[in-house]
Amino acid sequence: MSGRDVVLARVRRALQDVPRGEGPKDPPVPRDYLRVHGSRTPAESVNLLAENLVDYRAIVHRSEPGELDMLIMRLLAERGAETVLVPPGLPPSWMAAADPVRIHDRAASTPRELDAVDSVVTGCALAIAETGTLVLDGGHAQGRRRITLVPDHHICVVRVPEQVVDSVPQALERLAPARPLTWISGPSATSDIELGRVEGVHGPRRLEVILLAG
Amino acid sequence: MSVTYLGMPAFPEAAAASTRDPRLRANLTHATHTIRDKRAKAVTELADWGRLRAAGAAVKDRTLRHLDHYLEQLEAAVTDAGGQVHWAADAVEANRIVTRLVRATGETEVVKVKSMATQEIGLNEALAEAGIHAYETDLAELIVQLGDDLPSHILVPAIHRDRAEIRDIFRREMGHWGRPAPEGLSDSPAELAEAARLHLREKFLSAKVGISGANFMVAESGTLVVVESEGNGRMCLTLPETLISVVGIEKVVPTWRDLEVFLQLLPRSSTAERMNPYTSTWTGTTDGDGPRTFHLVLLDNGRTDTLADTVGRQALRCIRCSACLNVCPVYERAGGHAYGSPYPGPIGAILTPQLRGVEGSLEASLPYASSLCGACYEVCPVAIDIPEVLVHLRERVVEGGPVTRGGVRTVLKSAKGHAAERAAMRAAGWVFGHPRALRAGMRLTSRTRRLHPRRLPGPGRAWSDTRDLPAVPAESFRDWWRRTRGTSSGSKQRGDGE
Ligand code: SF4
Repeated sequence: MSGRDVVLARVRRALQDVPRGEGPKDPPVPRDYLRVHGSRTPAESVNLLAENLVDYRAIVHRSEPGELDMLIMRLLAERGAETVLVPPGLPPSWMAAADPVRIHDRAASTPRELDAVDSVVTGCALAIAETGTLVLDGGHAQGRRRITLVPDHHICVVRVPEQVVDSVPQALERLAPARPLTWISGPSATSDIELGRVEGVHGPRRLEVILLAG
Repeated sequence: MSVTYLGMPAFPEAAAASTRDPRLRANLTHATHTIRDKRAKAVTELADWGRLRAAGAAVKDRTLRHLDHYLEQLEAAVTDAGGQVHWAADAVEANRIVTRLVRATGETEVVKVKSMATQEIGLNEALAEAGIHAYETDLAELIVQLGDDLPSHILVPAIHRDRAEIRDIFRREMGHWGRPAPEGLSDSPAELAEAARLHLREKFLSAKVGISGANFMVAESGTLVVVESEGNGRMCLTLPETLISVVGIEKVVPTWRDLEVFLQLLPRSSTAERMNPYTSTWTGTTDGDGPRTFHLVLLDNGRTDTLADTVGRQALRCIRCSACLNVCPVYERAGGHAYGSPYPGPIGAILTPQLRGVEGSLEASLPYASSLCGACYEVCPVAIDIPEVLVHLRERVVEGGPVTRGGVRTVLKSAKGHAAERAAMRAAGWVFGHPRALRAGMRLTSRTRRLHPRRLPGPGRAWSDTRDLPAVPAESFRDWWRRTRGTSSGSKQRGDGE
């Protein structure tokens, strides 16, 4: 017998107390928990997102479309970034004012090459207000997973209010399981040393979020 | 790495040793109280916590009652998405499968995400025997691994180490494993974290094989989920060419939508955060993004035996949040190592004896390593009635009865006069010999336990079978209490198992 047959046979024997008529959709799951906690206008949801992001030590900026390129330029300059990763599909206008050398993530680039890059600028799939979470799904303006992981500085642009959902249930129903998802709530952090929070062990130590209106 | 949990002394001996270590005790007390208070706050933020908890328990119960169906569905979905699924009935088989998969890549080094399933099967040791080095990449696991030590907490495995100890371990050991600690490393947490970052980055950037566990597996889509804070999980799931995930069969949930329950319950219960810094999901392989090869090893190793026990089955709902550890007065005094397995605290006290059977003296002693105060049940986000299972297992230890071992039904003999029973009674003695631990427990009991329903409603739960207090273990407690204290405070102990 294969391991598969052994395990499945054991499972079936273990479940002899389950009545034959009971289907996999039984017993029922009570779904009377809330879809959203509280009611908010779109603007209030954006404010809550900003508040929760800051609470988790992300740095939050607000921008109008016309000034986005200048803001990105300034944030990169403040970090002294000389090179910046840009995913395919990033609107060129976002980077119109930026000085650093743009690096494109190619399949052939090794993780070590990416490690030498200072910053990365991306969009996102959506953001969750109640938890202060950004979700990336590899779609438009986000690129491969690794580009938001290896560089130490991540600038993420969220279009508000349309990319903002209120809650985790609302987020999941908008996301496709087949895509590789990365949920980000604040910068990398550890509490492993005497429970004191330290930012940044492996992921980016600095997360800047730009809430882009309009 | 020579450390395993095999041959651990029974709970009372191990607990007695850890209780004598004042530094360990101080670290633990500080840590558990800090997390406990934060968690309570995070939970009150959600008005529907009780309903989320009921939904979480119900989703898990449904899955467990039809586990064969959901495992087959999961297997089909993972395979469709480009992954390969392997099944392991026990630890030896799981280790053999993983060793073979790593060998096939030609690599002799792998990076690992913290995973209790792989600790449970002793994977690192098995790989080492095959000449393969497994590098733990979670900061706490790194501390534990470099210190040739064992984890003592589900969430903060190095909770028993303070910063000066960590600095000493880094200075002494990092050089043997790769990049040495920076010159003049201090014990500031920021510097220690930086040292770990530099040391591990070397490994991540060159790793060809990653090994992980998973917090959840979604049957309908074949999606696996890892929840973490540091980014080491993302590294292991993203940079290597081959990813091998070893996951207990109980980690499956039926639908994508079910994650909406668990991604709310887990972060708040474990780290008291609204959301943990990183959650990664992957469904098979994705062209040009992440590992090109993905293997899922589904692990039984005693889980089906646990499933066969209609009272104990609920332990398989556990989402490993560690909330029960942080409220447990016995855990706080005894420390995680005393439980002799990767699963410490109240959940360890019911899971380990079920996964391994109660025949050994450690396993027999664990159901007694509790004051039955009920605090663990109160905080458990999937409403596992740990006290109920403890009492049930005490009855097994003392009276014997029907059990399933290695998939075979058998009847356990009564342990009267056996070493197992003696160990069990000594564990009870240890708990009652620490009045502070007991008092803390009783306070909690009187304050909150009665306010919560003890059990969730739901079809298929034969309450009448489990409601009656098995008389023998409770009697043993009172006998013991009278014998050693010479007073009759047995009435206080009714909380024991009603
Ligand atoms: S038993 Fe409950 S509280 Fe304890 S770790 Fe598991 S899920 Fe968390």
